Amino acid sequence: MATQNTKTLARAMMAPSVLLLLVWMIVPLAMTLWFSFQNYNLLDPTQTGFAGLFNYEFFYTDPAFFQSIWNTLVIVGGVLLITVVGGIAIALLLDQPIFGQGIVRILIISPFFVMPPVAALIWKNMIMHPGYGVLGDINRFFGFEPVDWFARYPLFSIVVIVAWQWLPFATLILLTALQSLDGEQKEAAEMDGANFLNRFIYLVLPHLARAITVVILIQTIFLLGVYAEILVTTNGGPGYASTNLAFLIYRTALLGYDVGGASAGGIIAVVLANIVAFFLMRAVGKNLDR
Amino acid sequence: MGSITLNKVSKVFGEANVIPSIDLEINNGEFVVFVGPSGCGKSTLLRLIAGLEDVSGGQIMIDGKDVTQAAPAARGLAMVFQSYALYPHMSVRKNIAFPLKMAKMDQSAIDKKVEAAAKVLNLTDYLERKPSQLSGGQRQRVAIGRAIVREPSAFLFDEPLSNLDAALRGTMRLEISDLHNQLKTTMIYVTHDQVEAMTMADKIVVLNRGNIEQVGSPLDLYKNPRNLFVAGFIGSPHMNFVDGAYAQSKNAKMAGIRPEHLGLSKDSGLWTGTVKVAEHLGADTFLHLDVDGIGPVTARAGGEFGAHHGDRVYLTPDESKLHRFDDKGLTIRA
Repeated sequence: MATQNTKTLARAMMAPSVLLLLVWMIVPLAMTLWFSFQNYNLLDPTQTGFAGLFNYEFFYTDPAFFQSIWNTLVIVGGVLLITVVGGIAIALLLDQPIFGQGIVRILIISPFFVMPPVAALIWKNMIMHPGYGVLGDINRFFGFEPVDWFARYPLFSIVVIVAWQWLPFATLILLTALQSLDGEQKEAAEMDGANFLNRFIYLVLPHLARAITVVILIQTIFLLGVYAEILVTTNGGPGYASTNLAFLIYRTALLGYDVGGASAGGIIAVVLANIVAFFLMRAVGKNLDR
Repeated sequence: MGSITLNKVSKVFGEANVIPSIDLEINNGEFVVFVGPSGCGKSTLLRLIAGLEDVSGGQIMIDGKDVTQAAPAARGLAMVFQSYALYPHMSVRKNIAFPLKMAKMDQSAIDKKVEAAAKVLNLTDYLERKPSQLSGGQRQRVAIGRAIVREPSAFLFDEPLSNLDAALRGTMRLEISDLHNQLKTTMIYVTHDQVEAMTMADKIVVLNRGNIEQVGSPLDLYKNPRNLFVAGFIGSPHMNFVDGAYAQSKNAKMAGIRPEHLGLSKDSGLWTGTVKVAEHLGADTFLHLDVDGIGPVTARAGGEFGAHHGDRVYLTPDESKLHRFDDKGLTIRA
């Protein structure tokens, strides 16, 4: 009886915050859904009313639509690949006892504190710029032509910038997981005749499985909506070469002033995110329940 | 197969000289127990033999071969760790098979060996389980299984029973002794528990502050401790030490008498004491007494000896079992 009361009380006390979160989520979603079926263009206030599926058709037939979905997936996949592989490698290095360990760790983590537009601008003007950039200087030093990264490899450049920002996050999570690996297990494997590679494959990697899953899931959420880096570097171009779904919605809403069309895009983005989440959970989600 | 020789082995961690210099001979097939209080260097010594720590000086020989610089896996030893160190994501079968897989043995031979080891250790029904689904004793057996499939020249045990409850510890003690009788392989066993040392060992090595205090068979250490430390460490309850007038009357700085060598009476005796605590164990009664003019003394009485807090009893030490120590703490031989 006492526990029953406590449970009821706990539910009652939690209800307001649960309700608030629910409203916080439902209202914007419902409004977006509502707008996506309306004629709602800020340049043409006279045209209002129910639009049926016109907004969806409009967004779907946009020449950038399929490319933007593909680009979204490439950014997510590419950044995940670089950050997970790179994060494991750096975490393995940082786990070794070295001189100045504390300072090295802070340095490694610092890119995460740089806000996305700033980081992208630094990469654009100081690193990848064919005229002033460090990469261009290096190319010239060795006698090669400097590469105009954002014109030649726009999507790849975006992936590199975003990966640079998220690498510290992956490293941090993986490093803490690595430090929780039992030292006696490593010693036991050593006595069992496992060399470094075997210890990595059979002991370290399975131990990191859950942390890797967390990194993948959290990063995917944020990487689906990469926007600032594209805005300040390539502006989605050349053509639509570096436009992802989030950037396409921005273009429709704020450059085309088409609230209805952008809302339809937003709903499509929600659907895409759910599809990605579904496959992701099937692929790596089982690592979480242990 | 399985003789180990330590030659002036030493280990220094930074400023701390953990093991100054140790010489030790372990014969093939022996069950050797390293025993000592915590921080005496017994685990470090085991890890030096295993190759998990590098020696600071000296030489380690296994079967006449110098392995001082050899990698742990190359020494042909198997170790059972205090935390068992099972691989948590692998089934029991894979755990036991891991060292064989690393040795690139073919799968059918691995299966055969794992099944055989599982049978010896009563693990056959648990081969597909994960370590987290096993009890403490079963995990312990998996760890031992992982060690025996390698057919090592010697087993190293690092306080393997300290995570088990008292009843299970007794059972596992028997099982390990039994295993030693079956395999007849050299075993080195580290413990701080002198009961484990006494019950299992062929040879006990008593360590204190990185030095060997005495090496000998359990009964040898019990009967003829070389010094005060060994006398106090071996035996349960501990030996009573008496100094002052009584010791001087025996021409010693310190006299030692074990609780079981004190005659108890309610009528007459050499010493008189007041019972402070009486522990009735059934077969035995341990009396913690305050003896007049001597101080706290522990005595063992028969299970039927009824005594309670505050009772006055008489004690008489068995002079033939008396240990005498000089001012350096060394035993005075008769």
